Amino acid sequence: MSKIGVFVCHCGENISSTVDCEKVAATVGKYDGVAFSVDYKYMCSDPGQSIIKNAIAEKGLTGVVVAACSPRMHEPTFRKVCAEAGLNPYMCEMANLREHCSWVHEKGEATTEKAIDLVRILVEKVKYNQSLNSIKVPVTKTALVIGGGIAGIQASLDIANTGHKVILIEKDPSIGGHMSQLSETFPTLDCSQCILTPRMVEVAQHPNITLYTYAELESLEGFIGNFKAKIRKKSKSLDEKLCTGCGLCTTKCPTKKIPSEFNEGLGNRTAIYVPFPQAVPNKPVIDRIHCTYYTKGKCKICEKVCPTGAIRFDQEDQIVEVEVGAIVVATGFAVKRPDFFPEYGYGKYADVITGLQFERLASASGPTLGEIRRPSDGKIPEKIVFLACAGSRDPAKGIPYCSKICCMYIAKHAMLYQHKVHSGKSYVFYMDIRAGGKMYEEFVRRAIEDDGVNYIRGRVSKIYEKNGKLIVSGVDTLLNAMPVEIEADMVVLATAGVANEGAEELAQKLHISYDPYKFFAEAHPKLKPVETNTGGIFLAGSCQAPRDIPESVAMASGAAVKVAGLFSQDELTREPIIAVVNRQAAPVYSSCVGCFLCVSACPYQAIEKEEIKNRTGDLIKSIAKVNPGLCQGCGTCVAFCRTKSIDIQGYTHEQMYSEVMALLNEY
Amino acid sequence: MSSDSHHSGISGLGGEVLGHTDVKVSHCYQCGKCSAGCPLSEEMDYPPSVIMRMLQTGNPDLEDKVLRSLSIWVCLTCEMCFSRCPMSIDIPKMMDFLREKSLNEKKSDPKAKEIIAFHKSFLDSIKYTGRLYEIGLFVDYKARTLKILDDLALAPKMMKRGKLNIIPELIKDRSGVASIFRKANKKNKN
Amino acid sequence: MTLGFYPGCSLKGSSREYAESVLAVAEAFDIHLEEIKDWNCCGATAAHNMNKELSLALPARILSLAEKQGLTELVVPCAACYSRLTVTKHELSENPALKAVVTEANDLAYTGSVNVLNIVQMLDKYIIPNLEGKVVKPFDHKVACYYGCLLVRPHEILKFDREEDPQSMDALMLKAGATPIDWAFKTECCGAGLSVSRTSSVGRLSGKIMGDAKDRGAEAIIVACPMCHSNLDMRRDAINSYLGEKVDIPVLYITQAIGLAIGLDRKTLGLQRHFVKVSV
Repeated sequence: MSKIGVFVCHCGENISSTVDCEKVAATVGKYDGVAFSVDYKYMCSDPGQSIIKNAIAEKGLTGVVVAACSPRMHEPTFRKVCAEAGLNPYMCEMANLREHCSWVHEKGEATTEKAIDLVRILVEKVKYNQSLNSIKVPVTKTALVIGGGIAGIQASLDIANTGHKVILIEKDPSIGGHMSQLSETFPTLDCSQCILTPRMVEVAQHPNITLYTYAELESLEGFIGNFKAKIRKKSKSLDEKLCTGCGLCTTKCPTKKIPSEFNEGLGNRTAIYVPFPQAVPNKPVIDRIHCTYYTKGKCKICEKVCPTGAIRFDQEDQIVEVEVGAIVVATGFAVKRPDFFPEYGYGKYADVITGLQFERLASASGPTLGEIRRPSDGKIPEKIVFLACAGSRDPAKGIPYCSKICCMYIAKHAMLYQHKVHSGKSYVFYMDIRAGGKMYEEFVRRAIEDDGVNYIRGRVSKIYEKNGKLIVSGVDTLLNAMPVEIEADMVVLATAGVANEGAEELAQKLHISYDPYKFFAEAHPKLKPVETNTGGIFLAGSCQAPRDIPESVAMASGAAVKVAGLFSQDELTREPIIAVVNRQAAPVYSSCVGCFLCVSACPYQAIEKEEIKNRTGDLIKSIAKVNPGLCQGCGTCVAFCRTKSIDIQGYTHEQMYSEVMALLNEY
Repeated sequence: MSSDSHHSGISGLGGEVLGHTDVKVSHCYQCGKCSAGCPLSEEMDYPPSVIMRMLQTGNPDLEDKVLRSLSIWVCLTCEMCFSRCPMSIDIPKMMDFLREKSLNEKKSDPKAKEIIAFHKSFLDSIKYTGRLYEIGLFVDYKARTLKILDDLALAPKMMKRGKLNIIPELIKDRSGVASIFRKANKKNKN
Repeated sequence: MTLGFYPGCSLKGSSREYAESVLAVAEAFDIHLEEIKDWNCCGATAAHNMNKELSLALPARILSLAEKQGLTELVVPCAACYSRLTVTKHELSENPALKAVVTEANDLAYTGSVNVLNIVQMLDKYIIPNLEGKVVKPFDHKVACYYGCLLVRPHEILKFDREEDPQSMDALMLKAGATPIDWAFKTECCGAGLSVSRTSSVGRLSGKIMGDAKDRGAEAIIVACPMCHSNLDMRRDAINSYLGEKVDIPVLYITQAIGLAIGLDRKTLGLQRHFVKVSV
């Protein structure tokens, strides 16, 4: 006879405001097999846990149902409580009264009735629960970091410094990411390259880090601790071992007018190129789309001038297979091209540029060597206008969210401009100044008070060119929406930070989820900011949402700790929620008839054939067998099995039927 | 959006705007892009974004000022504000409603007298003939506003170029058109 | 081929040269424009400023009459009429209750089946494909194509061209041999409905438009709306006094310009009716 304990949680007021928890406990307490039933304000708290432990000991409970929040939130908590009290943790079930009931219904009888039903079906289920033991799997102590921007660099270094191996892949020819493009950084104005490039070198030289640049993830299989990744190393048309990075090829390449990605199109590069002088690795790749040899079949000048004979025109992409135990995704973000702002004339007027382009103008490594000169004629702009929220907070253009970093970088841009062009006038059109962060507000005030940047509250309606000036028409909303028209020499748009192109495909390869904007989704917005819903895969930096450098670095270190924590164990325990093929005594052995539909249905290749032989070694029967290390408990095989020979442990046919019958039978 | 209104509990003029036009004044975050692009903004007593703000407050005095404003009458419904609004707020539709309400409550700004007179003359013209009779419109408008001398030179020039019809174009089913006016006006007064 | 035709009031009066040129160009391409019988005024700005039901019932009557006459496609050269008819179609399809009220007021069957074409759409669909061989006298001038408000806004309803820096008229004029200029006031408002009641506003708004076209060297302004035309042409004195100089750039309907390009004579196209002499 079962002795089941039911523990109804109020979740503060989350459940009790619409569900009569007392009534739930009292009603369920009368059911067959329920030996104890109680409600309490916070069941997950220390006193709440004690109630469960004491009841298990005093009443000799054989099963526990906790009626509270989602099992995603607290199932591990309550299973641990049971284990500590000597009950097998898998004898504990959770009824989700919060997400499935109180949050989605209004207060009333029917809501309480539904809550009672939800508890009752689990009382019936738990009667059929069996003690299970968790599964041990080994851990491959190598991490894969995807993306070589500041977040990926930080995560790689942190993991590598704990003594574990790291494989870092970067899709571009060099690591460094967006941070390498920046001029100075807020709120301290220290030079971005000066603080970044030493880290890049460290990555290249670290004995625990293997760096693959110009490489992308091709596919991923496996699970936490045991991933198998295929990496596509795109052909660089170069033998990297022979190349000394002398740079002769790049100076002799005749195709010189390709807009430089690193300079955001404000400068040119050659077809064989190193993205920037401080690149890591400092070796070129051939851009096959623009290279004359690949497009027209002749040239090969680089091959002729290369002193070591390192050019390889026939080199093909290479697929490298690696085994890793954890993955850090740090693929960063993209800047939305403001082409969708025809009223601002981006793309039409050369001197309407993006914030990232301004970074290149202000950077010592940029096309103007750090002088603020406008793209159209190289003149130093005497009047410059910065527009905040050019795309962000604009549902009409498809981006309702705040890109978060713009307020700060605009203040920085205006400040840098004022420092470099003393006689210049700068204007910022803004809606709100969002400067939450250490020394951030002070930084913005400095721009306004000390550097004389004119902040105007209002959104610009239109920019057009007239007599060589850009006419910026806006209003000052703090002056009864008084019209403001500025004749500017250059306009900088703070364009929105958006998810990378291809983010969706990558998420699908990794089996991680993403939000409506295609930023990758964290497991919990507050308590699991660097975890994903897939075990062993972590997030760092702007692939999760627009982030500034300090946040990206903090996230990366957080993700690295999660990886190091995972690697601190030799074995992982996994939930025993896996499929099993039933076994019976001879002469039946199993109800499995060996049709092996399940083998083809299994997405994880976890089912194999098992041959049952007699003592003399003659084959009696072939049946299916589940490899517990590979099975993910998805249940596809159960649905395919025509003889009901496969069960998911913890979700057996018997358990499911008992739940359904509990609902169908009037009590 | 109408289901929104059930829960929103917006009262006052903002609530009426929502009920009649589906425009929710709380959607406005006061960026001012409408006022910046509005060609008539500088002739208004309250630019469009300020009108939105006044409605957001729910203050009856400010709502009254909106109905008595010149802004709602100099608005040309050129749709520039709606086209550029980051929140896709249909301000022109809202302006149509505010004008109609201002008229019904006899609150229209005296400074808008000529604009309203022109609209009335225009509608009267089509009410009786089915189509616009331009000479009739001018005469009627001048009678309403006593702006006898304005544009006096224009008519002969138009006449000379064959741009004015001496005799109105009368449609056959004038009673049908008149009936549309009757029904629409009756509805309005309720 | 026959298409439905709704001229609207202006084209019967102060903008009759627009109607003349539309009909002449259509005829040159063997298109018969069949006028809706006994049509009424769309109500224009006045109706939607004063009375919403009226502003929908008047255009609905027009569409009902077109249906009754068996017209499936309706050419509406006046941008204001085009806007009112299209908005009415949209509102009545979105809001069945409103449709019931409006059709009741009209006492005529309305299904919303008539396809409304503005003049640019009509030219693009039926004239341009056959234009090439017919151009005898390319309209070889720098032109500023002026779209105004009602042809392109609101995009959500009209779904025609783009709201900022539209290109459809420029593309047509290019085919007629013109050189369309890039300018900044393509879709700024001319003052439209305030022409009579607030002429000073029209002088300012149209003045800015004229000023930019002049600064960029336009030799003609091309329009597709009788209100834009009358403000830019008939109100030239107010414009000139705003600009403080005499600007004599002529304003042509797009059908007049295309008519000239295919060799129609100036009188057929009604060019003599303009206030500002058409010197091009």
